[in-house]
Amino acid sequence: MKDQFVVPARLKKTSFVLMGIGLLTLLIGIFAFHGEHGSARLWAGLLQNSSFFLLIALASTFFIGATTLAHGGWQIGFRRVPEAISMAVPVLGGILFLILMIIVFGGNDHIYHWLNAHHVHEDKVLSWKSAFLNKGMFTGFTLVTIGLWVLFTIKLRNMSIEEDGWDLSAATGRRIIWRNTVWCGGFIVIYTLSVGSTTPWLWLMSIDSHWYSTMYSWYTFASTWVSGISLIILFLVHLKRNGYLPMVNEEHLHDMGKLAFAFSIFWTYLWFSQYMLIWYANMPEETAYFQPRVWGEWRPIFFLNLLINFIAPLLYLMKRDTKRNYSSMVFISILIIFGHWLDFWQMVGPGTYGHLVFPWYEAGLGLGFVGVIIFLVINNLAKAPLVPKNHPYLKESIVHHT
Amino acid sequence: MAVKNFVVASFSDEAVLFPAVKKVRTAGYKIHDVYTPFPVHGLDHALGLRETSLHTAGFIYGITGTTTALSCMSWVFNSDWPMNIGGKPHFPLPAFIPITFELTVLFSAVGMVLTFCYLCQLAPFVKKHIFHPRQTDDLFVMAIEVTPKTNAEELKSFLASIGGQQINEQRAETGWWYGSFAKDDRVFETKRVEAVNA
Repeated sequence: MKDQFVVPARLKKTSFVLMGIGLLTLLIGIFAFHGEHGSARLWAGLLQNSSFFLLIALASTFFIGATTLAHGGWQIGFRRVPEAISMAVPVLGGILFLILMIIVFGGNDHIYHWLNAHHVHEDKVLSWKSAFLNKGMFTGFTLVTIGLWVLFTIKLRNMSIEEDGWDLSAATGRRIIWRNTVWCGGFIVIYTLSVGSTTPWLWLMSIDSHWYSTMYSWYTFASTWVSGISLIILFLVHLKRNGYLPMVNEEHLHDMGKLAFAFSIFWTYLWFSQYMLIWYANMPEETAYFQPRVWGEWRPIFFLNLLINFIAPLLYLMKRDTKRNYSSMVFISILIIFGHWLDFWQMVGPGTYGHLVFPWYEAGLGLGFVGVIIFLVINNLAKAPLVPKNHPYLKESIVHHT
Repeated sequence: MAVKNFVVASFSDEAVLFPAVKKVRTAGYKIHDVYTPFPVHGLDHALGLRETSLHTAGFIYGITGTTTALSCMSWVFNSDWPMNIGGKPHFPLPAFIPITFELTVLFSAVGMVLTFCYLCQLAPFVKKHIFHPRQTDDLFVMAIEVTPKTNAEELKSFLASIGGQQINEQRAETGWWYGSFAKDDRVFETKRVEAVNA
């Protein structure tokens, strides 16, 4: 049994090429974008990509947390895959923190309007919000949330590797379940209070600092969670194609496909709820958010977003056969990740640089982040055996049948 | 609907049932059905049943619901009785979506339940032959159809050799018929099991 992943040289080279493309795009961006609006696009692109890719890597930690708390056994056979993806969180978290700090302490008020003290002073809404939207609060929240995510992610990974050296006795099994449940419980609480609540408000919603929506955080969560599931599927299929994970088969893939299907619909539910409440109330301070997106330049992106992220997965993943086929799952996973990347683009773009532009810069940076993720994940996959052999639920995963 | 002869065997455990199903199929006997106290994963594959088309029916019911909701509401608010509600357009699609969604779910759910009952021949006021009263309790009951080519005695000894218990022959109606389990003799009294050779 091939239990130890060996980093494939070609994939490693690909990841370096992608990272090179990202760095090159960033350099071109630095020279190409001048002035206030130029710097808005420069930093908006970085903010959009780093927050998106951090949150989809974090979705893997959430995957481990949620399945552990539900006492799921079916995912144990490939648990090392989300673990390896989640190990990208420390690096991506560091990158995002750096970017956010440069934006905030560089006083880039084209990204965050609330950074401009003069505007805030004259603006009633912003001055009321300033108790929450200020540099100290922003930095504190960001530091605490990213720090806790990194802490819990590393802890869950280390526990899993440590358990490989234990034995298969019943007492050990109970101990494994117990401590994983405790740590995952802690993580879920933190994840929900951050990604499900304050974090997207601060990082993304405060771009349109007059506007607010109570759906926004859940919307962001749904977006990154379904992309995170797709990312797990991509690495799973890559491992299967190279002869690893003999205990994982189309039954497991089928369940991952069901999750992608269900959460695509969940995303649409939130997308629609956010839109419909604002459309119904028709209040100017709320509709301002949708004006550029639905009736302005971003209209094609707005509807393309719905097409890729709802109609396509709904019709494509509805059939059983597509969920059990490796190639078709790769196709839809890439489509979903691209779709939600577009979604993040239309969340960040209109409020920062405004005009709809061809996203060569954003896409180039995105490829760079994809390279970073590939590089980190393959290296982390190679650091530990691919099967957590002492986990008491491993048998459930082997005999799993959807 | 037809009355047919069956050889019926009971199995005490899934672990005995699965190899038995495989052996019976390899030997070329025609399994009418296997009755289990609970859903057994993978038994449909072992029996070689084709995949159900219930979900295709569900999809059709669903889009029927979508169409019904959208066409009904747009007919009402555009041609039958146009009203100005809060200055919204006469075809306010976002406002229609929740009801469209509800009707899609309602149509597909109710339609699929009824279709499922029909496929399994379940309904009030109808009866089906029960091969063994303990098939809903703790026994896995396999009914094998006796075709003109089948040697019933050979089959019985074969079933006994692969772990079958309480092997008997029954002559039974395969479909459903009008009647009530409560009114006729009670199923746990095994009077209706007519042994052919007895």
